[in-house]
Amino acid sequence: MRSLKDSVATAPTLPLSTGERPRERRLGPMMFLIVLWLSLLVAVVFLLTLIVNIVLEGGSRFGLQLFTEYPASSPDRAGARPAILGSIWVIGVTAVLTIPIGVAAAVHLEEFADKKHWFNRVIELNVQNLAAVPSIVYGLLALAFLTLIGVRDKNIVIGGALALSLLILPVIIIATREAIRAVPSEIRDGSLALGATKWQTTWRQVLPASVPGIATGSILALSRALGEAAPLLLLGALVFVSFDPNGLLSGFTTLPIQIFNWTGRPQEGFHELAAAASILLLGLLLLMNGLAIFIRNRYQKRW
Amino acid sequence: MSYRSLKLAGLSATIVAAALVLTACGGQPAAGGGSTEGAGASGSVVADGSSTVAPLTEAAADFFRDEAPDVNVTVATSGTGGGFAKFCADETDISNASRPIKDEEIALCEEAGIEYTEIVIANDGLSVVVNPENDFAQCLTVEQLNTIWGPDAEGTVTNWNQVDPSFPDLPLALFGAGTDSGTFDYFTDAINGEEGAIRTDYSPSEDDNITVQGVSGDEGAIGFLGLSYVEENPDSMKAVEVDGGAGCVAPTAETVQDGTYSPLGRPLFIYVNNASYADKPQVKSFVDFYVESEAEVAEAALFIGLTEEQKATAQDELATLG
Repeated sequence: MRSLKDSVATAPTLPLSTGERPRERRLGPMMFLIVLWLSLLVAVVFLLTLIVNIVLEGGSRFGLQLFTEYPASSPDRAGARPAILGSIWVIGVTAVLTIPIGVAAAVHLEEFADKKHWFNRVIELNVQNLAAVPSIVYGLLALAFLTLIGVRDKNIVIGGALALSLLILPVIIIATREAIRAVPSEIRDGSLALGATKWQTTWRQVLPASVPGIATGSILALSRALGEAAPLLLLGALVFVSFDPNGLLSGFTTLPIQIFNWTGRPQEGFHELAAAASILLLGLLLLMNGLAIFIRNRYQKRW
Repeated sequence: MSYRSLKLAGLSATIVAAALVLTACGGQPAAGGGSTEGAGASGSVVADGSSTVAPLTEAAADFFRDEAPDVNVTVATSGTGGGFAKFCADETDISNASRPIKDEEIALCEEAGIEYTEIVIANDGLSVVVNPENDFAQCLTVEQLNTIWGPDAEGTVTNWNQVDPSFPDLPLALFGAGTDSGTFDYFTDAINGEEGAIRTDYSPSEDDNITVQGVSGDEGAIGFLGLSYVEENPDSMKAVEVDGGAGCVAPTAETVQDGTYSPLGRPLFIYVNNASYADKPQVKSFVDFYVESEAEVAEAALFIGLTEEQKATAQDELATLG
């Protein structure tokens, strides 16, 4: 009763405030926009500072030597060749391990699995959760697994790839599911209506149509794996490798680990090398993300 | 609609495959058993352990590549303790250590039947550093350092004039190694009498370069780190002389080597698996080379080389292993 009375009492004052309202409406969004721009500015300023910093510090060391030479005791002779090759190896094997499994899992969950069944819902929830697990936990998991099957030397290409695969598998599954979900059901219905089986529809219509989305998601996931050091450090990552990795069982080091090692050295020259390797790593990441954006813009269909 | 997408998928698969094949072609013969002795040796040598000692073993491996290009030496940095855990599980050939092996680690190795040889490979000096502007703390006694760094100092000793009444009224800013480093173990043991005992209200860092930055940026700063950092950054900080009971001694190569820079001078070790040394020719030639060229190695890694006596001891120990 009282609230009714109040509202009745205040009702006449409402028209008075209408004159103020449009300005409030403009001021609120404006403030919010400014805050958004400021937070964007902070992020960009930090990124730019970082980039300018490493380019200034490492620019002089960024040359052929970085790509061709092995780590050495003197910064003037040292390069990141094994780290670059190691990164390519580990990311390559990770891609080969993860993409087929991730895509297959997503196709199953999206196209075939009964979404109402409790088991599938548990899996779905788990995939979502796993995507948010800190990377070091996957390092622990890989370490435990390798110990369990009795691998003596754990810092090998396949071990590192295993840890990174676990890390990005949920990301790839989620990205693939989004891509598959974006394919309109009319396409499926049309294919089925023309007599194609469920499998034929998925393989010939749904999957090809979602390739751009899958590729974009996979590349972004792999670029995350490329910059990761924590799970590899847990496996006992090597900080000094004087040979090219040459197989799944070969010892390896990666760019983030090499950078980590060089920054811990007292000599200024190694810090410059670390900055130069950071430029390389940053360039690679930008390239991969650029490729992902390119694929998305070039090939993605708007239905 | 799907043709282009399929082509794209095919293309990306080809790129990945090509990358794998290309890198595989660039490889060397697989690591493994090891072959003939001397310059033609091949196979792998696995070293792990202290991150303090790692630069030494890395430098040795770097120089060794000229002698035996087919030997793959790998170095990891699990820390002295982590290194011994792997060493005693027969996972490594060489364990880098910034302190002697502990009793429980000896037991671990005995249990696994791992026999090993301890070799002093270089000398390391810990230095206590202050800001270059600091002109009063020329020499500090171990007691004074303990006053500053001891667990009891936490929250109470915050000013230089509490350390010595003659020091000016200047707030202390403390920087030092983090708990995971051998430097931390060593400093706390030498100054506070118990490994790990230290006040907690200082700025710890696993990266000694952070300590360098901290000390150079604050007039009242004091920190501790490896001697090589002082030599590499002479403008950022100043090393303090330390009085361990026999007068003030400046940290230099000579005073660390001859043991007068006490208690903050220390030897660094490698532990060699006896079976690896005997059975794997590449391990034997690497370790022999390491000890033989310790002077160049120590110089390259910014440590202090062995005295002639230390080197002779190391070579005698290896000779008994055959």
